[in-house]
Amino acid sequence: MIIDHPLLGPRDSAEFTYMGDARLIDRPNPNDTDAAATFFDYAYLRDNPAGWHRELWFHEAGDRSWLVVTRNTLTHEISKVELARDVARAQGRSK
Amino acid sequence: MRYSGFRVIKEALSGHKGWTPAWRDPEPAEHYDIVIIGGGGHGLATAHYLAKEFGQSRIAVIEKGWIGGGNVGRNTTIVRSNYLLDGNEPFYEMSLKLWEGLEQDLNYNAMVSQRGILNLIHSDGQRDAFTRRGNAMILNGADADMLSTADIKKRYPFLNTDDARFPIKGGLAQHRGGTVRHDAVAWGYARSADSRGVDIIQNCEVTGFRIENGVCKGVETSRGFIGAGKVGCAVAGNSSRLMSKANMRLPIESHVLQAFVSEGLKPVLPGVITFGAGHFYCSQSDKGGLVFGGDIDGYNSYAQRGNLPVVEDVCEGAMAIFPMLGRARLLRMWGGIMDMSMDGSPIIDKTHIDGLFFNGGWCYGGFKATPASGMSFAHLLAKGEPHPNATAYRFDRFEKGLMIDEKGMGNQPNLH
Ligand SMILES: Cc1cc2nc3c(=O)[nH]c(=O)nc-3n(C[C@H](O)[C@H](O)[C@H](O)COP(=O)(O)OP(=O)(O)OC[C@H]3O[C@@H](n4cnc5c(N)ncnc54)[C@H](O)[C@@H]3O)c2cc1C
Repeated sequence: MIIDHPLLGPRDSAEFTYMGDARLIDRPNPNDTDAAATFFDYAYLRDNPAGWHRELWFHEAGDRSWLVVTRNTLTHEISKVELARDVARAQGRSK
Repeated sequence: MRYSGFRVIKEALSGHKGWTPAWRDPEPAEHYDIVIIGGGGHGLATAHYLAKEFGQSRIAVIEKGWIGGGNVGRNTTIVRSNYLLDGNEPFYEMSLKLWEGLEQDLNYNAMVSQRGILNLIHSDGQRDAFTRRGNAMILNGADADMLSTADIKKRYPFLNTDDARFPIKGGLAQHRGGTVRHDAVAWGYARSADSRGVDIIQNCEVTGFRIENGVCKGVETSRGFIGAGKVGCAVAGNSSRLMSKANMRLPIESHVLQAFVSEGLKPVLPGVITFGAGHFYCSQSDKGGLVFGGDIDGYNSYAQRGNLPVVEDVCEGAMAIFPMLGRARLLRMWGGIMDMSMDGSPIIDKTHIDGLFFNGGWCYGGFKATPASGMSFAHLLAKGEPHPNATAYRFDRFEKGLMIDEKGMGNQPNLH
């Protein structure tokens, strides 16, 4: 698989480490009263869809950026690659 | 029809005209006491033990394709019980004991071959870890044998024990481990279950569950509704997909695992060998092909085919330990979809929906578990409580912090 890195252009997926469902960006608030339940869900349960999946790839053997890759788990086709930083900021995760 | 050597000779002399199909092709009934979804090894074994050991009747196994077309027909056929943790080892040792009596139980030649498995040791730390594992195995009634480099040289003279890049320092052997012909396992269980009245319904996909007031009443299929007193799901790599129809999210990711087989060669490899300095394992089939594999590809996939980086990694492992493999031509390579759980161990449990039961999360090691999984799932379905050797395989172990994490990797499915 070739991942079209937004900054570096097309890179071999072997340079990356796969870090799972991009919903892991939505880390629950540990101070919420139901934090035990929300963290169980966050840490252990997955949608695991057959079809389009947004997922985190870490460019470990490259520029060490984190990407959100939209990839089809039935065909391995990649339709979109974003910087995880941009995705997280757009969701209001950090300043 | 009973199979025997005598029968083979009789049929040979009469032009093989007396053989009958090994199982029927029935139309689905309107209602069953128990419906098993998934005609892989685990589903078929469950049906066999339900009928034979637990006296259940009116059972159906529903398979979307043909039986044996899933992982049971795609794996590298290795069976062993060399686990470390208490939640696992008694279960896998029960499985190995069931393998030992399987062919007599099923009256079917599944080519169970206890040719032994050898895990190579390349460092002092690895020797400590394997010694501990061997002791855990012995404590649970399994066999384990620490071999010296000289022992290994005697058994496998072609291994480089002198100046290899990753020196061989010894090995942990389980002589009762070995290989079993994978599709014969599906066929043998299917034939035995069918002969006890189980309906095996192929080309029938389960598309949903009928759940009323928290009770599962049956399954919607591509061939219409089938009512059921109890429904057991055993669909391996498709677990999340199927259970999402009951609005369940599982502690599972689906990943692709590849395997490879070389052209047929004269016997060179009497047992199963695993390389300890990389991920590579190999055995030789009775047809002569060297059957080998390594790591999963590492990303979510339902594609049943993998990519080149892992092929390269497996071949590097092969060349490090068996340079002779570089001269053999590759005959075939393929992939299967693994139900990788969050701690690398399986789940055999009730769900929160009455009458709906789940068996899955087998990762890349569920073939060896087939008999014990079938026995335990049948026990749970028939009696409503877990088999004594499968009490740890609960859904709520993640919530309660009771993970069974053999490798100590945490909730990262692609590292198990
Ligand atoms: C390459 C490879 C190598 C492996 N090597 C080993 C090994 O050496 N040792 C070992 O112990 N394990 C090994 N495994 C793992 C092992 O094969 C699996 O864990 C095990 O086979 C899974 O259980 P099963 O046989 O019931 O699965 P399957 O045979 O996959 O059965 C599941 C069935 O469910 C059906 N199904 C799915 N969805 C539906 C639906 N909606 N309706 C109806 N039917 C449905 C599928 O068609 C399939 O036939 C390997 C796996 C692979 C892919």
